Amino acid sequence: MELHIKEISVGELLSEAKAYSEGGRHPLTAMFGRDERSAGGGFAVYAVFEFPESRELRGLKAAVGESMSFPSLSHLIPAASWFEREIQDMFGLKAENHPDPRPLVLHENFPQGVHPLRKDAPKEIEFIEGKHTHMHTVSGEGTFQVPVGPIHAGIIEPGHFRFSQAGESMLQLDAKLFYTHRGLEKTMEGKTALEVLPIVERICGACTAANTWSYCQAVETAAGTAVPRRAEILRTLVLEIERITNHVGDLGNIPAGVGFSFAVSIGTRAKEMMMRLQDSLTGNRFLRGFFVPGGTARDFTAEDCARAAEVLREVEKNVLDLARIFAQQDGFQDRVRTTGIVRNKTARDLAMVGVGARASGYAHDSRADFGYGVYPELALKVVTENSGDVAARILVRIGELKESFRLAFALMEMLGREQGGHRTELGTPQGEAAGLSESARGSSFCYVAFDNEGRLDRIFVRSASYANWPALPIAVQGDIIPDFPLINKSFELCYACLDR
Amino acid sequence: MLKLLERLLKDKVATEAITFKEGEAMPYLPDGTVVTADIIKSRLGRSLHVRHLDAGSCNACDFEMGALSNPYYDLHRYGIHFDASPRHADLLMVTGVVTRNLAEALKRSYEAMPEPRLVMACGDCAINGGVYGESYAIVGPAEKVVPVDIYVPGCPPRPNVMMAGLIAAADMLAERL
Repeated sequence: MELHIKEISVGELLSEAKAYSEGGRHPLTAMFGRDERSAGGGFAVYAVFEFPESRELRGLKAAVGESMSFPSLSHLIPAASWFEREIQDMFGLKAENHPDPRPLVLHENFPQGVHPLRKDAPKEIEFIEGKHTHMHTVSGEGTFQVPVGPIHAGIIEPGHFRFSQAGESMLQLDAKLFYTHRGLEKTMEGKTALEVLPIVERICGACTAANTWSYCQAVETAAGTAVPRRAEILRTLVLEIERITNHVGDLGNIPAGVGFSFAVSIGTRAKEMMMRLQDSLTGNRFLRGFFVPGGTARDFTAEDCARAAEVLREVEKNVLDLARIFAQQDGFQDRVRTTGIVRNKTARDLAMVGVGARASGYAHDSRADFGYGVYPELALKVVTENSGDVAARILVRIGELKESFRLAFALMEMLGREQGGHRTELGTPQGEAAGLSESARGSSFCYVAFDNEGRLDRIFVRSASYANWPALPIAVQGDIIPDFPLINKSFELCYACLDR
Repeated sequence: MLKLLERLLKDKVATEAITFKEGEAMPYLPDGTVVTADIIKSRLGRSLHVRHLDAGSCNACDFEMGALSNPYYDLHRYGIHFDASPRHADLLMVTGVVTRNLAEALKRSYEAMPEPRLVMACGDCAINGGVYGESYAIVGPAEKVVPVDIYVPGCPPRPNVMMAGLIAAADMLAERL
């Protein structure tokens, strides 16, 4: 989709961002840096906002001068905090007056003064030993710390959590993440749109369709390529299938946080049915290879759709079973209600997305707000809850599953009526553009900028998890530490697509 | 609730026999020996405790490892269990390319394991870096940091292929004990 950029000086950033944000009415989608020195420019800081009323993404591009710094927006827009810390790490541009200027992406093993997304950054970077990252903790009589990770007890991604405790109660949680940082944005620079596709698909295992669709939207806009209608229907259908797979997986995973293995068995079995459906429809259990710039790699036949309908009906039965079991088990309800609350104001301040936002009464949904694919024809119902707790996040998922089943059947019917191709030739991408699509966790944003030869000069990927991670330490405050796994699973935040 | 129980009792068992697609890439040992279905059959009755270590994966291998415990695959029937600590494990199952920020965690987890110990490089990234290649944030494939005993290819490997690798590892362990 189009990204409307307004070029400003760094001195205007604070006032312009305030005007764009309108007190959070236009959520901050992302902030990122760029090094344009080789093209005769300098460093720039971008801040992108959503304007749902006009279905627009509008960005500010502040040219950073010799001061090599920019004013922090975090006091005004709390959602800016992690983005600004990342810009400090990756480009060496200082966020003035940042409330928490600690490094975010780069760990203590990284030498000071080296900023990997600068175009002239060295290829080989030495390991620094003996340094430690400062973690925020609470001190005082009777308080103590519980360090957890980076390696966890289960089959879980790596991250370090530092709990400050008063007895069982969590007073504060500080998280050190980016352990799986692979430097993917740098790796993708200098490659063509098609060359980086396999990497984009592997930023994260769970949101292949969403991440890749956002990327394809951005590339297609930059290339001026219009996608055939049949491809738009197929893409919308596959995105809903991916949502069903993930939500069903979460309904089977959240009960594991309270040792409710009967529900885990039903949920994991239904998820496996979906994984096999994804494999049979797209040739890959994780939907890899299906989205390509210009359309889709495959088409679905009437037989494909009939098979899919059969599986979806079976999975729907399991979802309804789970919903009934959850509602009837007092012990389970006791654990999930009033646990891990995110208030509506917090969700808006942090510009949360997806299930995390909608469970706190914040109806943020890029499908409704931006209407890409064929969503405008589907009368999408955005499901919200107001209590902001684990129970609300479960209920939102159940509500969304029912809606996604309805959408999937409507889309397959639409596919039956639609003739024509599913893929068109991609032109040469030029300039900058963005894409947005709704993963099961929330909106996934992608920014691309191409050089004159159609090679990537910069790509920035803000997954849904990136937007929601800062809410987790707030949600757990005051709850007891045995509820942490439950609260954590209720957000189902991904580390890989945050870390990149 | 009663109706639900009745329906669940009537449901057929989801757990399946282990099968492979024709021409599917199979696990192999450092000397090139390919693990076949016959070998797998002869190796039931073993025990293996596995510690997972995500050294920088995209999460897909990890999701498939999680799937191994669902009712379709039910890994426990082969005597294979996932452990919470490397101190209890026979096998370190490494997923992902080793990142700069996880190299130490991988090394220390390996060192914490009792002998005899095995390492599996699970997935293309752990074997050779996969699509990620090289970058300032990547140290390299698993064997650059710890010795690898068995490779399970795929991006990600399908759960059945992971199972074949785990059963073969259980047998390798029995030989070393």
